[in-house]
Amino acid sequence: MPRVSEEFPEKLKALRNVAGPLGRELQLLASHALDLNQLMKLGKAISRAHSEGKSMEPLAPFRLAVLSNSTIDLIVQPLIASAARHGIVLEVIQPLYDQVAQEALTPDSKVNSSKPDAVLFALDYRALPLKLSLGDAQAASATVQGVIGYLQALRDGIKANSNAVCIFQTFAPPVETLFGSLDRALPGTLRSLIDSINRELAEFVLNSGDVLLDVAALAETVGLADWHNTQLWNMGKFSFSDELIPLYADHVGRTISALRGKSRKVLILDLDNTVWGGVIGDDGLEGILIAQGDARGEAHLAVQRLALELRQRGIVLAVSSKNTDSVAREPFEKHPEMLLKLEHIAVFQANWNDKATNIQAIAEELSLGLDAMVFLDDNPVERGLVRKLLPQVAVPELPEEPAYYARTLAAAGYFEAVAFASEDLKRAGFYQDNAKRASLQKQVGGVDAYLASLDMTITFQPFDATGRARIVQLINKSNQFNLTTRRYTDPEVAEAENDPQVFTMQVRLVDTFGDNGMIGVILCRPAEVNAWEIDTWLMSCRVLGRKVENMVLREILDHARAAGIEKLIGVYKPTDRNKLVVDHYGKLGFAKIAEEESGLTRWELLVEEAEPESAPMKIVSQSFPAFKEIQRA
Amino acid sequence: MDDQQIYAELTGVFQDVFDEDAIDITPELSAKDVDGWDSLTHIRLILTIEKTFKIKFTTSEIGKLENVGELVALIKARA
Repeated sequence: MPRVSEEFPEKLKALRNVAGPLGRELQLLASHALDLNQLMKLGKAISRAHSEGKSMEPLAPFRLAVLSNSTIDLIVQPLIASAARHGIVLEVIQPLYDQVAQEALTPDSKVNSSKPDAVLFALDYRALPLKLSLGDAQAASATVQGVIGYLQALRDGIKANSNAVCIFQTFAPPVETLFGSLDRALPGTLRSLIDSINRELAEFVLNSGDVLLDVAALAETVGLADWHNTQLWNMGKFSFSDELIPLYADHVGRTISALRGKSRKVLILDLDNTVWGGVIGDDGLEGILIAQGDARGEAHLAVQRLALELRQRGIVLAVSSKNTDSVAREPFEKHPEMLLKLEHIAVFQANWNDKATNIQAIAEELSLGLDAMVFLDDNPVERGLVRKLLPQVAVPELPEEPAYYARTLAAAGYFEAVAFASEDLKRAGFYQDNAKRASLQKQVGGVDAYLASLDMTITFQPFDATGRARIVQLINKSNQFNLTTRRYTDPEVAEAENDPQVFTMQVRLVDTFGDNGMIGVILCRPAEVNAWEIDTWLMSCRVLGRKVENMVLREILDHARAAGIEKLIGVYKPTDRNKLVVDHYGKLGFAKIAEEESGLTRWELLVEEAEPESAPMKIVSQSFPAFKEIQRA
Repeated sequence: MDDQQIYAELTGVFQDVFDEDAIDITPELSAKDVDGWDSLTHIRLILTIEKTFKIKFTTSEIGKLENVGELVALIKARA
């Protein structure tokens, strides 16, 4: 999840003044990495608004009774806040401390008479009648049966008295062992008893139609020593560490959300640097990384494997990529190491639209709501855009290291299910059959506002020795946003750098997500009298759709004016990779003056009349010499 | 860390835990002076202080605390 913003307290307070339904705003607030105190505050704010009768649309209401042998007072508010993250407005019924059996078995108990939708048995091993019987298999088995019988009796009580769904937790074994490793093998040790209980409980739940919350797995994942905090247990009977309350509460939230049928159904994948390493448009089929034996390639293969396994259990796969369609499809069709094939993808959207528009098209085509979608993308700017414009879409916050992509996606639990039916197996295929190519006419509004929020700073400098290595790399690697695809060597670039007749420019971009580094290279040579021909204009595809090209042109025009240039000449030289920029100069207001049979087009722009649209970013222009005397060729 | 810094940090912690911006921290302040400072909130307060100052208290230290002055002395000894 993204980190919480500093405005969290203000936003929380502002909730009181919102007139309409609160659901969306609450869900957005809840979808950050909140600590215990923040979850408490959000939980309280939700309860307050709920009790005041405010509309919580579109969150679905749910009443949960929590029965526990430990203190759950620190958990209740976080449960409410975390449930909102998963589309649920939760009401928690909390009976008196340690009244588990009384509450379950008495028909008119607080829990039973409140008619909850579900009862969570938040028990830990200290709630169980466990008697050690070291080495005695028969006694151990009797103990296990006794515990399962007790849990079954609790369930039967709830079923008879309020017919709520029962949610059972597996038990996290304590850290301390008696013999050491032998504890696992020897019957009748605490560890082996708890192992058996967890196994039998899981089997019981699978057959009874109740729901399992695998707390033992959760505790193992974070580490038992971190899970159990004995000091807290002694001081206030808290059954696990306060640090892990947010994690626990999130897992309860997903379980409830799954019970309400709100689990997500579609995984939308970005391609470049997500499904494979590298950029297909620049690196080509041979250059992208997906091979076994290559460290980065294996990380992306793991993403593919997970996607494929999700598809097998019924999750629909879609693609949203900023690419030319045929280029994006090529690896799926031709790369031998690709696990994902086109036949696995229900909707394939490769184009140059913004991703919010594409995701809406995917949702429409599949006839599923945006709240069924999960969007996986390595690019923080794309993630930010989608979160901002389509807050219903789940967007996991990916770490920088691709090796953790698959784990991050799996750990987020978007596809949590409480049951598995054979129909699930068919679902992915079903959606696929119905899928048709979506129309992308409808652009999602608000992109400009989003661009402004990126807080971009663009920096222009002439070529210099420091930037040269990267300039040479870009010149020789960029394929897609490259108007002429002219390749130059290091000495050739140095020559341009030192030639007063040549106008050179390197472009850098910093935004709220960090430094994008050098993202553009411009090289203009004197052409006719008082004219520059743009010999090279290339940019990184990472910054597409952010109107960077407008700002670059404005900068070129400034220098052109200073140098007494009257006309800019643009050339588009087609290759099989640069269709993206076929109308680059046209969009920027250049007039087409020639078109050759090869597809090469020539364009011109009168400096005096040109006024390209501006974009919201800060401009830094530095180290340019005075250009007055440059061009008099 | 001197007293002043500790009080400044502590004010933030109290505001966070009690969800109350207008809380005024003095050495004499104790649980009976503040609405909602029950045993549960006390534990949440201690946990938040431990996290903020990156220290750990023992159970008996937590049990003995009478007022904010003692708390500050304890933090000072640890931090």
